[in-house]
Amino acid sequence: MRSSRLFPHWIKGVQALALVAAVCFSLGATDASSRFNDLNHRLMCTCGCNELLGECNHVSCPMSGPEQGELSTDIAAGMNDKDILSAFSAKYGATVLAAPTTQGFDLVAWIAPFAVFAAAVLGTILLIRRWSGLAGAEAQASALAPAINDPADRERRETIRRETGIDGGF
Amino acid sequence: MAAFGSFAILIALALAAYNLLAGTVALRLIAVGRPVPISPERLADTARRAGIAGFLAVTAAAFALIWSVFTNDFSITYILEHSNRALPGPYKFSALWSGQEGSLLLWAWLLSCYGFVLRLTHKTDVKLYAYAGTILAGIQVFFLLILNFAAPPFALYRGVVPEDGNGLNPLLQYPEMVIHPPMLYLGYVGFSIPFAFALGALMMRYPGEKWIRITRVWTMVTWMFLTTGIFLGMHWAYAVLGWGGYWGWDPVENASFMPWLTGTAFLHSVMMQEKKGMMKSWNVWLIFTTFLLTMLGTLLTRAGLVSSVHAFAQSSIGTWFVVFMGIVLAVCIFTYVLQRSHLKGEHRVESLVSRESSFLFNNLVLLVACFVILWGTLFPILSEYVVGNKVTVGAPFYNRVAIPIGLFLLFLTGVGPLLPWRSTSLKSIRRNFVLPVFVLWATLIVCMAVGVWPWKDGAFSSGYFYALVAYSLSAAVSTAIVSEFLRGAKVISKQTGRNLFEATYLLVRRNTRRYGGYIIHIGVVVIVIGLAGSAFNRNQEAELGLHDKLVIGPYTLEQVGATQDTNPNYDSEYAMLDVYKNGKKLYQMTPEKRVYLASNQPQTMVAIHSVPGWDLYVVYEGSNPSTGQPIIKAFLNPLVGWIWFGVAIIVFGTILALVPSLNPATAALRMPARAAPAEPALGGRHP
Repeated sequence: MRSSRLFPHWIKGVQALALVAAVCFSLGATDASSRFNDLNHRLMCTCGCNELLGECNHVSCPMSGPEQGELSTDIAAGMNDKDILSAFSAKYGATVLAAPTTQGFDLVAWIAPFAVFAAAVLGTILLIRRWSGLAGAEAQASALAPAINDPADRERRETIRRETGIDGGF
Repeated sequence: MAAFGSFAILIALALAAYNLLAGTVALRLIAVGRPVPISPERLADTARRAGIAGFLAVTAAAFALIWSVFTNDFSITYILEHSNRALPGPYKFSALWSGQEGSLLLWAWLLSCYGFVLRLTHKTDVKLYAYAGTILAGIQVFFLLILNFAAPPFALYRGVVPEDGNGLNPLLQYPEMVIHPPMLYLGYVGFSIPFAFALGALMMRYPGEKWIRITRVWTMVTWMFLTTGIFLGMHWAYAVLGWGGYWGWDPVENASFMPWLTGTAFLHSVMMQEKKGMMKSWNVWLIFTTFLLTMLGTLLTRAGLVSSVHAFAQSSIGTWFVVFMGIVLAVCIFTYVLQRSHLKGEHRVESLVSRESSFLFNNLVLLVACFVILWGTLFPILSEYVVGNKVTVGAPFYNRVAIPIGLFLLFLTGVGPLLPWRSTSLKSIRRNFVLPVFVLWATLIVCMAVGVWPWKDGAFSSGYFYALVAYSLSAAVSTAIVSEFLRGAKVISKQTGRNLFEATYLLVRRNTRRYGGYIIHIGVVVIVIGLAGSAFNRNQEAELGLHDKLVIGPYTLEQVGATQDTNPNYDSEYAMLDVYKNGKKLYQMTPEKRVYLASNQPQTMVAIHSVPGWDLYVVYEGSNPSTGQPIIKAFLNPLVGWIWFGVAIIVFGTILALVPSLNPATAALRMPARAAPAEPALGGRHP
């Protein structure tokens, strides 16, 4: 009974956290330098180094300097993030984007992990419920088994087992 | 020496093939039980001996390759391409794994080493070991087939043999490269052993859970090697690649991380099988998957399916791996279908909030994390196949998807051990959780008070948000683990009259597995704290003339010279930077840029100064072609040292967990009890 009163609080807490997280994630970078830094880490350098644009450390890299210049120009021109990424993608190919977009087949990349996670959590909960049903029947049977009669001894053994993981004495 | 090496590999193949065939026939005859002219037991023993001889043959081949490197035998193509005369001695060893043929030979040699130990200790359980040894021989046959026919390490150079070799890849000329690949390979190859035991136990319908206890040591040692190997790789990437980071979600990094995740899941879930007889099928499939993932990692990097900064060898042997993995998967499925009735578990979970459930969720999260990484690694291939459009799946994807999963796993790391087996009462939740939850909120408030807000410059910062969550959870999990030690020690103290320190020591020695595991969890927490520090990384880049200064955090770097040096292996140019803090000179750093003469390839040598709070990480990016002045990039990377310290804790915890627990009689002998308490039993309290 007490546990059923407890869970609504947990659920409310989780809901509140989810709301906070949703608000947080809905916010975006605002000032130009933050946007530059953010976009710098959402694009790849195309020189073949396999690094993010903001992390390519090649001196006189033929690509990263001009690309970063382009990025600054686009931000200064007032383009939004989506348009900037689209422009880079159109010019350098889809591989310039450091992560899949949220359109078309790319969306599958984002959905699949969460779908698998949700399915796995659900499956695990259902499995535990099913197994706990089996355990109930088992518990009824084991209730008939002989028990340690001395309650103090029983408590002592249980404390040792619970707190140390050790069965038996020292 | 080339002929000797080639011959040794051929002999090794013949011995492994005999081991596989004779072992299979012998085990079949034993299983059928039909009388035959030849004793199946003796046949099985000849197979075992062939396995031991195979170890000698592969060792001879590895020795031949090392000998050829050290004697600069450039008539062997592999030596020509991966070594040169001026290469320092330790890096000549690295040549063994710097290319595809050598690294496959290393794989075969390590497998034969593991097999050698296994075959020598066969008396533990002759029949089970015979199955495992035969399965290992099957794996060995595969690698030796490749070494003999697809990637021979002793292939001779056609034409006039050059005077000097092409040299070792500069990226590999770093001290850690002498130890990182062997460690990683010890981890990869080592998972063949629990795989062989699991498959063997399933084939022979091995009664009970003894095979798990037998393989536990193998699995833990393997896991420890893989963990160490992965983190050494991270440190190498940090110190050599010069980008200021240590993990870039590169396909090769991912390939090593995936079997680590499933192997970790296996180490946890076997406890359920040992204690409760549960999850038998699951465990078998976990170890099958782990083994297949070690193969998949090799396939991904060797077959050129994905590009990586860590892949130093690519070729067409991918087909061999695909076929082998197909055969292994078919054998696993066939055996499982045939013997699945043997894996019927005793599935009982009394409550959703219990230790059993936490193990299930722990496995779930580890497996989902593995799926996410596999998905991200393979998605570019999938996208190209489905829509004809190759995409990049880089750090932003993994940071959004994998980090929340990792934090959830950290949460479970703290919660799981606090939950009792079977079911949890509200009383025990209150007793175990109040303090960690209090610490969690306190840490959250303190972090926010010192400026770790999810908002930075008016915008939401996911890095700061994750760091805030990571620190709060880390504090809570550490508290939970320390409380576990204290609670156990108090119980022992009450029962034996020992002080708390002695009681803690006895507690750990009486259950090394449990408390070694907790220490590993502490190591994980320390690593997470270090990883979360990356949210606060800073960097500055500047072209520095003589006595020009660059300020980063509390440090001022002054350029006091830029010079050049040369030796037979490489030319180098480096900057000398005096480091000041509060106006006081602390030390000098000399970041360097090398050009290796044999390969004419450049390489960065980063200068790093570590203190517990942060690393000052300085890269000499080269000199400006027009001014000739050095370009310096300095990073201030908070808490990186914690990552390496955390790994040391994990290794310590693993070694502790491998130490056999003292039984009560031994414990009493080693640590005689103090004066007995007035009322020793019944949970009696001291006055």
